[in-house]
Amino acid sequence: MQRIGVFVCHCGTNIAGTVDVKAVAEALGREPSVVYSTDYTYMCSESGQNLIKDTIVSKKLTGVVICSCSPRMHEATFRKAAASVGLNPYMVEIANIREQCSWIHKDKAEATEKAIILGRAAIAKVQLNTPLTAGESPVVKRALVIGGGIAGIQTALDVAEAGFEVDIVEKKATIGGKMTQIDKTFPTLDCAACILTPKMVDCAQNEKIKIYSYSEIESVTGFVGNFTVKIRKKARFVDETKCTGCGLCTEKCPVKKVPNEFNLGMDNRRAIYIPFAQAVPKVATIDANYCNMLKNGKCGVCSKVCTAGAIDYKQTDTIVEEKYGAIVAATGFNPIDVSQYGEYAYNQSKDVITSLEFERLTNAAGPTSGTLLRPSDGKHPHTIVFVQCVGSRCTPEKGKSYCSKICCMYTAKHAMLTREKYPDTDVYVFYIDVRTPGKNFDEFYRRAVEDYGVHYIKGAVGKVSPRADGTLDVQASDLIMGEQLHINADLVVLAAAIEPDKSARPLATMLTASMDTNDFFTEAHPKLRPVESPTAGVFLSGMCQGPKDIPETVSQASACAAKVIGLLAKDKLSCNPCVAHSNENMCNGCSQCANVCPYGAITYEEKEFRMPDRTTRIRRVASVNPAVCQGCGACTVTCPSGAMDLYGFSNRQIMSEVDAICK
Amino acid sequence: MQVNDKTEFVPKIVAFCCNWCSYAGADLSGTNRLQYPANVKIIRVPCSCRVNPMFILRAFQRGADGVIICGCHPGDCHYTTGNFYARRRMTLLFSMLDYLGIERKRTRVEWVSAAEGAKFAATMNDFAAQINELGPNRRLEDLRCRQN
Repeated sequence: MQRIGVFVCHCGTNIAGTVDVKAVAEALGREPSVVYSTDYTYMCSESGQNLIKDTIVSKKLTGVVICSCSPRMHEATFRKAAASVGLNPYMVEIANIREQCSWIHKDKAEATEKAIILGRAAIAKVQLNTPLTAGESPVVKRALVIGGGIAGIQTALDVAEAGFEVDIVEKKATIGGKMTQIDKTFPTLDCAACILTPKMVDCAQNEKIKIYSYSEIESVTGFVGNFTVKIRKKARFVDETKCTGCGLCTEKCPVKKVPNEFNLGMDNRRAIYIPFAQAVPKVATIDANYCNMLKNGKCGVCSKVCTAGAIDYKQTDTIVEEKYGAIVAATGFNPIDVSQYGEYAYNQSKDVITSLEFERLTNAAGPTSGTLLRPSDGKHPHTIVFVQCVGSRCTPEKGKSYCSKICCMYTAKHAMLTREKYPDTDVYVFYIDVRTPGKNFDEFYRRAVEDYGVHYIKGAVGKVSPRADGTLDVQASDLIMGEQLHINADLVVLAAAIEPDKSARPLATMLTASMDTNDFFTEAHPKLRPVESPTAGVFLSGMCQGPKDIPETVSQASACAAKVIGLLAKDKLSCNPCVAHSNENMCNGCSQCANVCPYGAITYEEKEFRMPDRTTRIRRVASVNPAVCQGCGACTVTCPSGAMDLYGFSNRQIMSEVDAICK
Repeated sequence: MQVNDKTEFVPKIVAFCCNWCSYAGADLSGTNRLQYPANVKIIRVPCSCRVNPMFILRAFQRGADGVIICGCHPGDCHYTTGNFYARRRMTLLFSMLDYLGIERKRTRVEWVSAAEGAKFAATMNDFAAQINELGPNRRLEDLRCRQN
């Protein structure tokens, strides 16, 4: 039997003005198990809290009901007060008689009656409360960043700066991501490599950061503070510790016709390659699909020329197992495949290119050494048509329904740079809307139009057809003039929509992180927790959460690092004790609870049970990990056998509240 | 509160509110002093998906005349998907209750965000008026549970 104390707060006149607090205290004092009931002007004041504390001690209270303001306001205050005198904080319940009673009713009799009923419901609940202890779990002080683009790099650097160890796992042979392929960055037009490569080097030199390049995530188990991750280090057939990155092998390799993915296939590389000059780690990698030695055992030139003896044709994939406290998803994006849009003739003409290919064509390290040349005949283009929103802002059948956000700005950049370098070039941009919110963004776009004379035309490109003379006929509509246009273009550049990297979805499944219908990771709260996944301990950095430009990506990456540091700075995590738990005797192991759990907190274990007839049986039963469970209660309702219940909001507690209210 | 058929009918209404959106919305309508009938009593639950159909049946058994479940707007659930579960379960439950003779109008699911104090009050006013019109719930009430 509980010994319950009831404390009715006047809140000055906030409550006492419309509720007869004395009558409430008196009525609640007559409830079963209530051994003490009183009222006081301000329960949350120090003297009010002392009154509660003293009464808990003197009356040996086992439960406390406070009739006051919303629990969202002072529940924590009163729980702390109770805990300070040795009463379990979860034995305190609040009856909300201010926001949900005195403030919304004018009739004193009516409000008093309601306050009494709300008090009764709280008393009924406390009768069934059990002391709860917040569990603790240790935190592994190490973070994993998945993806080594600018987002992953920034997060890793910031976390390392705070003194924690970080591992970056990058599936490509070098970190750097998409930003390495970009020529200049809007709106300041500084060179992407000049601002990115120092950061890549910082990563390599930082002793807190370990880079797993050419590696992928194999599996993730565990929970916040305590993840176990298996990383597959793919065989690159070169010993990373020995290779000096001299590049001699990449010059001598006889296999010369391998499409160079760094330049989007616009030129060739060898079968052994270093992705680009500033690659980190600067280590050669053998492409097993093309290497003669690996394919048919005939060649071995690279191993002959390598003075460091780093070539190892017998290397195999290795699996590394590591423990982490926090995981950051920074898997980035890719432009969509534009060949699905036949009207733009991307597959028919070499002179129809994507914006990323255009970046490579203007980049000094690109296939043309930075001179803008037509891919088909290597001549200067004189008329260039840029097409915006290729696959963005479409119907779901045709493409992506969202705005890819960066295309308006990079197209303005491309147009402007073209006009600056080659003033004799006519540049047309076809757009649906020009969207340039951002610091100095609209000014940038206006400059492209006003200072550089780029022709912006509101309208859609209907068809691009290659002509016999090698030029492209661009049919388009000008919506403002209301006319059809035919432009004889030398080069057509498609601003392809961006989509999350293909590796994101399998990773989300491993992390039990949620994704939206476009495969972007979902944040814990779109406004207030934008860099956290709803899964505790999993954080989001960069484009994997939604389209972003570089400044936004970097600020999100740093925000993400702040959250990771906040987690890693703790030695132990105290968990919300109001979590689900399963009654193993009732559980039939049907898995329905695990299916509805958004956090992957429920696992199954085979357990030995002693049966009434003294035999033992092994049964599969659900087990809830209290460190992962967030206490939503979805499983408790789903459970067909009623084995799942929630601490703090148990079936019986809520039922007794219902009873008290309906009495 | 007593349901006495000889005096004016005062319905009993139970509102289940999720802790993150609707309960906060209810608090906001209090902070803004927006009136709604005193016969609406709120039970706080962590999420609308915590509302077991049993709770609703229990409320009707104990003499409630209307039950409303309030949660975060679809897509805004604190627990990502809880309100979707609640919506599905309640759709099924309400159609079953309808079949048993508990009118559809006695039950409702409403999405109220933490910023929608005015919507909370308006919803409660509307729902209470609706229950007033329907009259007492006699179908599921267990008279043995009646006190006084």
